[in-house]
Amino acid sequence: MSDQDHRSPPASPIVPPGNIAGQAMALVVAIMSFLACLTVGGVSLVGQSAATWQSQISREATVQIRPARDFDIETALAEAQAIAADYEGVRSARIIGREETLGLLEPWLGSGLGLDELPVPRLVVITIDETAPPDFAAMRAAITEAVPNATLDDHRAWVGRLVAMARTTTLAGLAVLALVMAALVMTVVFATRGALAGNHEVIEVLHFVGARAGFIARQFERRFLVIGLQGAAAGGAAAVAVFLVTGFWASRNLTSAENEQLSAFFGDFSMGAIAYVGVALVVVLVGALTMVTTRVTVLRVLYEIDEKRADPSL
Amino acid sequence: MLAQAQKAIRERCGLIRFDNVGLRYGLEPEVLSDVSFHIPAQSFQFLTGPSGAGKTSLLRLLFMSLRPTRGQITLFGKDVLSLDRREMPMLRRRIGVVFQDFRLLSHMTIFENVALPLRVRGKEVASYRRDVSELLDWVGLGDKLNALPPVLSGGEKQRVAIARALIDQPEILLADEPTGNVDPPMARRLLRLFIELNRSGTAVVIATHDLGLMEQVDARRMILSNGHLDVFG
Ligand SMILES: Nc1ncnc2c1ncn2[C@@H]1O[C@H](COP(=O)(O)OP(=O)(O)OP(=O)(O)O)[C@@H](O)[C@H]1O
Ligand SMILES: [Mg+2]
Repeated sequence: MSDQDHRSPPASPIVPPGNIAGQAMALVVAIMSFLACLTVGGVSLVGQSAATWQSQISREATVQIRPARDFDIETALAEAQAIAADYEGVRSARIIGREETLGLLEPWLGSGLGLDELPVPRLVVITIDETAPPDFAAMRAAITEAVPNATLDDHRAWVGRLVAMARTTTLAGLAVLALVMAALVMTVVFATRGALAGNHEVIEVLHFVGARAGFIARQFERRFLVIGLQGAAAGGAAAVAVFLVTGFWASRNLTSAENEQLSAFFGDFSMGAIAYVGVALVVVLVGALTMVTTRVTVLRVLYEIDEKRADPSL
Repeated sequence: MLAQAQKAIRERCGLIRFDNVGLRYGLEPEVLSDVSFHIPAQSFQFLTGPSGAGKTSLLRLLFMSLRPTRGQITLFGKDVLSLDRREMPMLRRRIGVVFQDFRLLSHMTIFENVALPLRVRGKEVASYRRDVSELLDWVGLGDKLNALPPVLSGGEKQRVAIARALIDQPEILLADEPTGNVDPPMARRLLRLFIELNRSGTAVVIATHDLGLMEQVDARRMILSNGHLDVFG
C-alpha cells in the first residue's frame, strides 16, 4: 500500500465541531451583548444630551423688569442694558421689544391687547461668554441699585437643577450598565461552562492519553473564543444597526413641532463615538471572558480528575 | 549516578509497586484491602476475579485515575501520592490503557482516534501515518480508517481502543476486558498481539474473567476475591 492510497481527509479538530450547545451559547451571548451595547449607547446619549443642555442654558442670562405706576419702563430697560453690556464676559445685551414680548405672550393672552393696558414685565436678554462668565453678583447689585424693579436671573438655579438631573440620570444609566455588564459576564461564564459540559468525555480521554493540561485548555480556548466572538459580534452589529436606524429616523421625523421637545432633550439622536467604542469594548470583553472561563473550567475539570478519590472523606 | 540509582530502584520495585493499598467508595466496605504486589518490567499477567471484585478499580489506581484510600503506590519509581500533577502527563505517556468502555471520540475517524496519543505529543501526521495504518491493518480494520466509531460493532471498537493503547509503544499496557466483545478466533488473535507486544519489551496486565483466554498462555495470575489479591506464578 502506498502512502497515496490512504491519504486521509484533513484532520478533525480535537474539540468536536459546532454542536447544539455551541449554537445556544452563541445565541445567548449575542442577546446579552446586544442589550449591553444598547445600554452603553443609551448612557452615552444621556451624557451627551446633559452636556448640551448645560452649555445651552448657561449661555444666557435675563434681566426682568416689573412695571409699576409712574415708572418709565423703557428708560429702565435701556439703563439695565447699558449696565449689563459694560461687564466683561457679556457678549451682547438685547431688549426684547414690545412687539416681541407681545408675540411671546400671544399664545396665553390672545392678540389685540395693548401692552400698555397690562402690567407686563419686560426682559433684557444677556448673552454670555461661557468660557469667561461675568461677575453676576456685582452685576446684580449694580442693576438693582439703578433699577429697583429689576431682577437678574443668571439661570444658575436652572443650570444647577439640570446638572443635578443629568448627573442622576447618568449615574442611573451607569448603574444599569453595571448590572447589564455583570449579567453579561455571568451569562458568558455560564454559557461557556454549559457548552463545555458536553465535552467532559473529550477532556478525560485527552487526559488519559497523556496530553498536558495546557494543550487541552488551548484546544478548547480556540473553539470557544470563536463561538463567543461570533455571538458578541452579532449582538454588537445589531446594536449598531439600531443606533443608525434611530439616528436616521430622528433626522427624518424630528422636524415636526411635537418632536422638537424630544430633540431638545436628546439632541439629534445621533450616537457619539463613545457608543461605538463601547460596542467594540463589549465584543473584546466577551472574547476575553470566554477564553478565561474556558481555560479555568478545563483546568478545573482536569484538577478534579487528578484529585479524584474513591473515598471523599479523606 | 542519579540515572543509575533510579534504574536500580526500578529494577527492584518493578514498573509498579503496591504496598498495603486499600480502596473504598464512600462509606462502603473496602473494595480492595491490603493489596500488595509489583509488576516487573516486561512481565505478562492476567488480573482476574468475579464480576465486581474490583479489577477495574485496581486498574484505575494503576493509571492514576483514582487515588487509594490508604497504602502506597509506586509508579516508575515515584510515589504517586506525593507526585506533582505536572509530572503526571509524562508518566501517563508511558502507560497504555484499554478502557472497558473503550472511550473513543465519536467525532474523529478510526485513524484519528488511534493517532490521538501521538497527536497530543505534538507529532506530525506525516510521521505516523504509516504506523497507524499498519497497526489498524493488524487488528483487521485496515479498510475502516475513515469510519467513525459510532458505526462500528462492539468488537471493532474494542480493537480500535487496543490499537490506540499500543500506538506509542508504552512501557506497560493495561487492558480491561480486551476480549470481552470479540469471538474466540479474534480473541486469540488479540492475545497473540499482546504477547508479541510483550516480547518487544512492554509489560502487560490483562483484566479478564475469560478462563479460555487465560488457559492459552502460561502467565502470572493475579486473582482478586473479597478485596484480597493473590498472585500465582
Ligand atoms: N465510581 C464508583 N462509585 C461507587 N462504587 C463503585 C464505583 N466503581 C465501582 N464501584 C464498586 O466497586 C466494586 C468493584 O467494581 P469494579 O468495577 O472495580 O469491578 P470489576 O471487577 O471491574 O467488575 P466487572 O468484571 O464486572 O467489570 C463494585 O462493587 C462496584 O459497585
Ligand atoms: Mg470491570
